[in-house]
Amino acid sequence: MATQTLYQTEREELISGSEAIAIACAMADVDVITAYPIRPYDTVMQYVSKLKADGAFDCDFIVAESEHSQFEIVKHASAVGARTFCGSSGVGWFYAFEAITVTAGLRLPVVAMVGNRALDDPGAFGVEHNDAMAVRDLGWMLYWVGTAQEAFDTAILAWRVAEDPRVFLPAAISCDGSFLTHSQAIVNVPTQEQVDRFLPRYDRGRLLLHPDNPITVAPQVNEDWLMEIRRQTDDAMRRTSDVIKEAYDEFKQVFGRGDPSPFIEEYMTEDADIVLVGMGTLAMPVRVAVRRMREQGKKVGFLRVKFFRPFATDEIREALGHCKAVGVIDRDYSYGSPSYGGVLFNEIRSALYNLDQRPLVQSFIAGLGGREVLVRDVEEMTNMVQNSIDSGQVTQENTWIGVRE
Amino acid sequence: MTTMTQELPQVRGVKQIPVYEGFTSGHRTCQGCESALVMRLMIKAAGPRSIVVGSTGCMYVANTTYYSTPWTVPWMHTQLGSSGSAATGTAAGLASLMRKGKMTEEPINVIAFCGDGGGVDMGLSAISAALQHDEYNLLILCYDNESYANTDIQVSGSSPWGANSTFSPPGKVHRIMNRRWKKNTVPMLAAGHPDVRYVATACGSYGPDFTNKIRRALTIGGPTFIHSIDPCPKGWDYDPKYSHELGMLAVETGIWVQYEIVDGELILNGPSRAISRGIRRRKPVTEYLQRQGRFAHLTEEDLKFFQEKIDDSWEKWWIPGIVPFRPHDEGE
Repeated sequence: MATQTLYQTEREELISGSEAIAIACAMADVDVITAYPIRPYDTVMQYVSKLKADGAFDCDFIVAESEHSQFEIVKHASAVGARTFCGSSGVGWFYAFEAITVTAGLRLPVVAMVGNRALDDPGAFGVEHNDAMAVRDLGWMLYWVGTAQEAFDTAILAWRVAEDPRVFLPAAISCDGSFLTHSQAIVNVPTQEQVDRFLPRYDRGRLLLHPDNPITVAPQVNEDWLMEIRRQTDDAMRRTSDVIKEAYDEFKQVFGRGDPSPFIEEYMTEDADIVLVGMGTLAMPVRVAVRRMREQGKKVGFLRVKFFRPFATDEIREALGHCKAVGVIDRDYSYGSPSYGGVLFNEIRSALYNLDQRPLVQSFIAGLGGREVLVRDVEEMTNMVQNSIDSGQVTQENTWIGVRE
Repeated sequence: MTTMTQELPQVRGVKQIPVYEGFTSGHRTCQGCESALVMRLMIKAAGPRSIVVGSTGCMYVANTTYYSTPWTVPWMHTQLGSSGSAATGTAAGLASLMRKGKMTEEPINVIAFCGDGGGVDMGLSAISAALQHDEYNLLILCYDNESYANTDIQVSGSSPWGANSTFSPPGKVHRIMNRRWKKNTVPMLAAGHPDVRYVATACGSYGPDFTNKIRRALTIGGPTFIHSIDPCPKGWDYDPKYSHELGMLAVETGIWVQYEIVDGELILNGPSRAISRGIRRRKPVTEYLQRQGRFAHLTEEDLKFFQEKIDDSWEKWWIPGIVPFRPHDEGE
């Protein structure tokens, strides 16, 4: 209960996204945390281990011998009722892939941080979203954070939603490498009392693996039952939307901050002809560019997708359905995909397809490997979208931005 | 840091093996499956206040079918290479919750099992890591049927030299496809993790010995490891009624050595003890090898090679049958 003495009063701190999530771990009284080093996510574990060493909270902090073990350990700790946290980056996340997929299959509410990083080879430390995105079909809730404050808030929200018995699904909090994991910003750290009011204890209920409840978990099912079980997981993911809304409303009451929607952030979209779409810290230069273009009289807006899973289809249709054209800026790639577009682009285009009146949708790949996306890049993309509107069709469906030829 | 363990007394004779069954009907293992017996003996010894985690392999797929689980203790599947991590995670979860007052405090046995594929091959690094955490009480049991038996009998790092498997079939040009000698797993883990208080080999043919080993492993405190040799009628190709006998022959020929390392002290058990003391002679390896179809293609020359390797392990190794290297002799 050392946390209560540390966090009795609300206060502001200048911290990185990683440190914000580490503090969230302490305040959520996480029971088992596993670490394995890889840049850039591992900063969170440096802060966690220091918080434990200083007695800020009590947890079993285990440095695993690989990412696979790291994720397996929390998976099993979660099955016996422990609140858990782990994380990774880039190929480390891929090394854990087997454990990651079974965690969702087992419906275990592990919360992980992904410090988004380019996949090897060749090696690069900078941000790309392909790492976390690779698990998009497996039953993990996936969130892309925009600020250090949001990293803290999302972590607290993640345990609340993941551990809700209506959900029981794992959640990954994506933080752009460097831009969030290593950059400091002012974060409002709430009191322990507020966190306790919002976040109940994890109760595994009748699924608890314990001698008092001798159940068999994950027996072999084959074709007899697998489809029904897949459907149960699908139902759980469908339920997440309402649970997230409910939790987010309460979050705003308890902590006194938050956006209108937990799923998306809209910026000057209301009367926009062109809406740019992106995730994570990309929002910063795009917002600046949007403001600048608005000053020039261009009707441009921005939509930031926060929850990539569950994908807020209805809200996104609502937000984009009225505009003339959408430019999706992906910090990822999907070789050989429809139109050779980014992952987010194809999701957005697919969400809009069944609308009676749908905007043109154009794909941009930008900022790979941590390359900075500049305001003038955003303006260039917007001009290309404007050209599509002017010609009435998207002549070039996908463009890589700022690539040396 | 080690929390309390249960009190599980040593047994003297078969009649003292508990009547309690934690592994009952409902499994679909083959006739004569020694690994099924290992599961049964394991949980008899451990008792009902246990959590068992099983990695992928025969003892998952053949044992645990939806709606017909044989386990009356809590049981959970883990991935092929995850027995070490599964044991660590389960024990860490329990330890954390009990220490923080979120769960009623009591010693609960944590057992993770794996086959030789999951333990000797893929899971070795996770087992090694688990054995470094002396704050957690856990047992990792490797049931070694010397092949990936569940997936159609493929050679593993624990398969014996020369064995026929679906990945090492004798052919017209290459008679011996498995040219790897069986990995010396237990001594590797014992030597590599000197703080581990209990490491043992075992064989289901020796029921009371097996029971006592499980109980020592669960009561001594900290992480422990047991490796059992499990004759497999399907993979070794013999009549199922001889499983028990083949287990004994593995020991009596000196191919499998029965021992335990307790707090750094090596104790040989049963026939292995008698062999090492010269009270009993090792039976020729042919008595074991020629009873199994997987060695049917071995020639006289191959059998001689096998015998010589076993002879060397007993006559030239520093610790016969266990530690293969020796100090450099500076006297000569």
